[in-house]
Amino acid sequence: MNIFSKAGAALLYAFGELGSAALMIRSAFFWAFHSKIEWRQSLIQCMRVGVDSLPVTTLTSFFTGMVLALQTGSTSQNIFNEPIFVGTIVGFSLVKELGPVLTAIVVAGRAGAAMAAELGTMKVTEQIDALHVLGTDPVRYLVIPRYIACMVMIPVLTVYAMFSGIFGGFIVSASKLHVPTNTYWDDILNYMQISDFMHGFSKSFIFAFMIATVCCYRGLSTTGGAEGVGKTTTRAVVVSMVLVLVLDYFSTAVLVALGV
Amino acid sequence: MIEVTGLKKSFGPKQVLRGVSASVEDGKVLSIIGGSGSGKSTFIKCVMRLHQPDAGSIKVHGRETIGYRSEVELADLRRQFGYLFQEGALFDSLSVAENVAFGLQYLTDIPQTRYRAVARDMLALVGLQNVEDLRPSELSGGMKKRVALARALAPGPKCMLYDEPTSGLDPIMSDIINDLILDLKRKTGVTSIVITHDMKSAFKISDTIVMLHEGNFLLTGKPDDFRASADPRVRQFVDGSANGPIKMKLRDLD
Ligand SMILES: Nc1ncnc2c1ncn2[C@@H]1O[C@H](COP(=O)(O)OP(=O)(O)OP(=O)(O)O)[C@@H](O)[C@H]1O
Ligand SMILES: [Mg+2]
Repeated sequence: MNIFSKAGAALLYAFGELGSAALMIRSAFFWAFHSKIEWRQSLIQCMRVGVDSLPVTTLTSFFTGMVLALQTGSTSQNIFNEPIFVGTIVGFSLVKELGPVLTAIVVAGRAGAAMAAELGTMKVTEQIDALHVLGTDPVRYLVIPRYIACMVMIPVLTVYAMFSGIFGGFIVSASKLHVPTNTYWDDILNYMQISDFMHGFSKSFIFAFMIATVCCYRGLSTTGGAEGVGKTTTRAVVVSMVLVLVLDYFSTAVLVALGV
Repeated sequence: MIEVTGLKKSFGPKQVLRGVSASVEDGKVLSIIGGSGSGKSTFIKCVMRLHQPDAGSIKVHGRETIGYRSEVELADLRRQFGYLFQEGALFDSLSVAENVAFGLQYLTDIPQTRYRAVARDMLALVGLQNVEDLRPSELSGGMKKRVALARALAPGPKCMLYDEPTSGLDPIMSDIINDLILDLKRKTGVTSIVITHDMKSAFKISDTIVMLHEGNFLLTGKPDDFRASADPRVRQFVDGSANGPIKMKLRDLD
């Protein structure tokens, strides 16, 4: 097989996957409007996504805030002989970019993997078929609650990550760089506008929708026993993480063009 | 009345069902026998539309269902059936009682407060007690099978599709399940399709038996037709013999 037919086959495969995922999204909208929402399941999933990802989110964003402050401080120390605009750089980086992106990546690795593995196991042990048989639908019973959980908890975790990162930056700038407390906070609050926050916040919804789609779709299309579940999980996580970064660029471009 | 005509199903290049026809009247029991891997589970999954058949016709109560595609049509079709999975397919994140009561909220009007009592009654029917709060992973193979049976029967379906209801059960329990299938037929007029390997229970419960072999129904008839059949392949299966026209053994131990 030459390189063109290989590339063509890969392209066809990718479009096939996109089409099937779109069918799942359509089905999710259908059931969301034509049946009762499974609130109990949704709550359970919210707990899983939110609570399970909280420790990792805390650590990741806290240390990211710390290292940002350290880098900014030491660089501006070298250039200007004093650490300036530490709060501004840390704040803007976290609120517009790192908060949403890091949270999405952490949740994809933690909760997304769990979703793909759980749905994959249910698929290969015929539990998905059992849902059809017992009068409900896997999209209705499993997928919609996971959409709800991701769309609610990922934005919440994102806001939390923004704060925890800014706080990490504050600790470093106060203790290591000896920036006065007021200066750090003023550097953030004097320049930050609500639209900057909305920029980062709205991206977290895009990531949440994508992670739920990729992980549920991959889980429900699992075949081939325990090995298949392993493959599905890895695939779901890798695809989600890459797509977070790709979507981040494009959604930023759109938001910038819209002036947000 | 379930009428299947010319049903075909392949997996990739492998033709599993090559145009099979069978029917079962209301309140009757049709048994499907046949070698392992011959496509029995595939057949009832096509009826339930867990598999999409390639060709043929499946009429349920006179309605052609083969063209059903939308979620709503398929859900309406499936809610007429109960289905016992060969491997049970219990929800491992739920307790036994929650498993048994699962279909009630979607298929019946029974109030939620009664679920536990219904689950206990259904479990008693299949000879289980004090297992309500266990997880499926804490059950033995035969217990799982019976919990799955209780779950399939709980919503009170008009038609039941059983995938090997007695496999993995001891002879006494097997006969209790056979009686249960007959009771359901006599008392509530449930229409059943039963897959079985066990000729004794096939003879006991069936109004009609079909034998699936190499993608076709070799013989369709009453239990007596099977007892009297002269076809060497049917004879070999009914008698359960390794020697005969159906070669399953591929190599001798040397
Ligand atoms: N999802 C599937 N994908 C590919 N091939 C399949 C699939 N399901 C079944 N098959 C194939 O179809 C054939 C029939 O399988 P089926 O499960 O219907 O057999 P069976 O008669 O129920 O056997 P058993 O008595 O062992 O349960 C087998 O050869 C199997 O390999
Ligand atoms: Mg089978």
